[in-house]
Amino acid sequence: MAKVELKNLSKTYDKKILALEDINLTIEDGQFFVLLGPSGAGKTTTLRCIAGLEKIDSGSVLFDNESVTEDQPASRDVSFVFQQFSLYPHYTVYENLAFPLRSPMRKLPEDEIKIKIENIAKMLKISNKLKNKATELSGGEMQRVAIGRALVRKPNIYLMDEPLSSLDAKLRESLRIELKNIQTNLNATILYVTHDQAEATTLADKIGVLKEGKIVQIGTPEEIYENPNSIYVSQRLGSPKINVLPGSLFNINDNIPTFGIRPENILLGVGKYSGKTISIENLGSETVVAINFEGHEVLSSIQGIYKSSINETINFDINLNKVLKFDKKGNRINER
Amino acid sequence: MSKIKIVNLQKSFGDFTAVKNSNLTINDKEFFVLLGPSGCGKTTTLRMIAGLELPTSGKIYLGEEEVGMLRASERDIAFVFQLFALYPHMNVRNNLSFPLKMQGYKKSDIKTRVREAAELLRIDHFLDSNISSLSSGDRQRVALGRALVRRPKAFLMDEPLGTLDAEFRELMCLELKKLHIDIGATTVYVTHDQLEAMSLADRIAVMDGGQILQADEPNVIYNKPKTKFVASFIGSPGMNFIDINEGISNEQSTINIEDANFNIPKQFETSKSNKNFFGIRPENLSLTNEGGLKGSVFGVEYLGSRKIITVKTNIGEIKVKADISINIKLNENVQIKPANDSIIIFDGETDKSLKSEFMK
Repeated sequence: MAKVELKNLSKTYDKKILALEDINLTIEDGQFFVLLGPSGAGKTTTLRCIAGLEKIDSGSVLFDNESVTEDQPASRDVSFVFQQFSLYPHYTVYENLAFPLRSPMRKLPEDEIKIKIENIAKMLKISNKLKNKATELSGGEMQRVAIGRALVRKPNIYLMDEPLSSLDAKLRESLRIELKNIQTNLNATILYVTHDQAEATTLADKIGVLKEGKIVQIGTPEEIYENPNSIYVSQRLGSPKINVLPGSLFNINDNIPTFGIRPENILLGVGKYSGKTISIENLGSETVVAINFEGHEVLSSIQGIYKSSINETINFDINLNKVLKFDKKGNRINER
Repeated sequence: MSKIKIVNLQKSFGDFTAVKNSNLTINDKEFFVLLGPSGCGKTTTLRMIAGLELPTSGKIYLGEEEVGMLRASERDIAFVFQLFALYPHMNVRNNLSFPLKMQGYKKSDIKTRVREAAELLRIDHFLDSNISSLSSGDRQRVALGRALVRRPKAFLMDEPLGTLDAEFRELMCLELKKLHIDIGATTVYVTHDQLEAMSLADRIAVMDGGQILQADEPNVIYNKPKTKFVASFIGSPGMNFIDINEGISNEQSTINIEDANFNIPKQFETSKSNKNFFGIRPENLSLTNEGGLKGSVFGVEYLGSRKIITVKTNIGEIKVKADISINIKLNENVQIKPANDSIIIFDGETDKSLKSEFMK
């Protein structure tokens, strides 16, 4: 597969809506790269520009250091998996999987096709469904076949646009780990778009965070979570969300306009601060407590069950080592 | 506000029974969640409480009054569908007063009610703004306000946050919870999202196949599920189930799995079935060097504050929720050890959890 680079890529819709602005990123050969951002941030547009489905205004797209910017979609040799699985309903699973390999551009011999399909089917645990019509499958199986149809080929890059988002939570969780293992085994290059943060942190080798058409940070999941460069990035990961509070609140130190602290770093029970509980959410393996501290809402999350009732005075402390400091514009001050 | 009680409620559509002989009491001021997969009967139950469906048999009480056969408009309850349905061409004030105008309230009454609702929801500073200029969070509050101004006896909500993205849903969950604490209105809320249910509910009823399997507080549902279905529906990642191909005897306190002996809470029930299940949640498992269940690491998933380790063993994949500091690689050989006191044994035939020292 290939290394894929975007250089100074910009894209405008209708000559006025700036969808992407000066995007620079490198997806190494064999890397699982996730683009994360809210709807409208430009995730899908980026994917479509790489596939050649959108014409770009300026900049370039490179596969293994060679520009494909002017190439047609068909000659770029990429595989796309969409959010809504699009299978041929009148074909069997086998025929669906064979379709891209039988295309006039490739025309693989049938025995080779068979081997490829059997391998992929085994990996995706759909071997026993090969003879079924696509319409006879459950939602999860259909999406496996759709992913399988992309994986039977070895293109320059797999482009995946929220491929798991239409599935229920349990299935999403199990396919997530399978997809990661398949990618590792095939050493596949994948660009994956999602707004699901659990998918982003569990799948990615690298995450690129998009904001209004711009890449604002690129890093490993740990780097993005632990060391975000702005308030915006710090809010993309973490559930419950990071507390963003005025610097004066805890007298942490001099002239910090804003600071952020994740709920797991607010320790309950003892400590020099105290406030009243606003709400208590028992989520099973953890409990999220909202505390009113001097008029601000502070969220704390702790493992297990926390017994307390609403409007009770509660003491807490903060883990000072984990405090993220931000300037007036919302950019990090104490980056590590 | 009011207590809601349903007695032997049943609803059939032709041959299909959507709700089977259900009994529930929803207490005054309670936030009650009906949770289950699609087709479990939760929405049908809610629609019968609202008066949008008539029951085939059984009774529904709103307060002391039997309302089962009354029309929706004759029951004093507010139904909130997707919270987003606002009139885009009206400003906030008109959106709020519209339902009252339609019901023929006096102008002065409308004014008072709108003001009260707006203050409660902290939207009083933009009453004259256009809907289109509001952020999505503010819109959601306006939509809630429109249900609030009617001062109904109960709120019924059908997946109101279903179409929102995860980040926003989390925010709105907290808003709803705070609003509920403030006004204390009896609320019946339908969802298929277990996390939403856990975070909002005073009590949850888990439904499957038209039946209510368990109705309890969230932590009881989570920690002491009455059936395997309930156990598997709640929690993410879900509970691990290990097959036990032998019966369970009364007073039994150890169990052998793959040549390792594990202590289990003393059992108070017997199961003659030869296919039972050993259930344990991922956070109650830890990795150890010896004496545990052997396997190799199949996946390490980073989730910011925790890591999920998937271990492949001879008896299937097992998920362990571990601390973020754990340093472990793919394909590494590991052993898994359960926290003895939180193991639940499920009867393979009845799907029910067996009584034990833990499951009293």
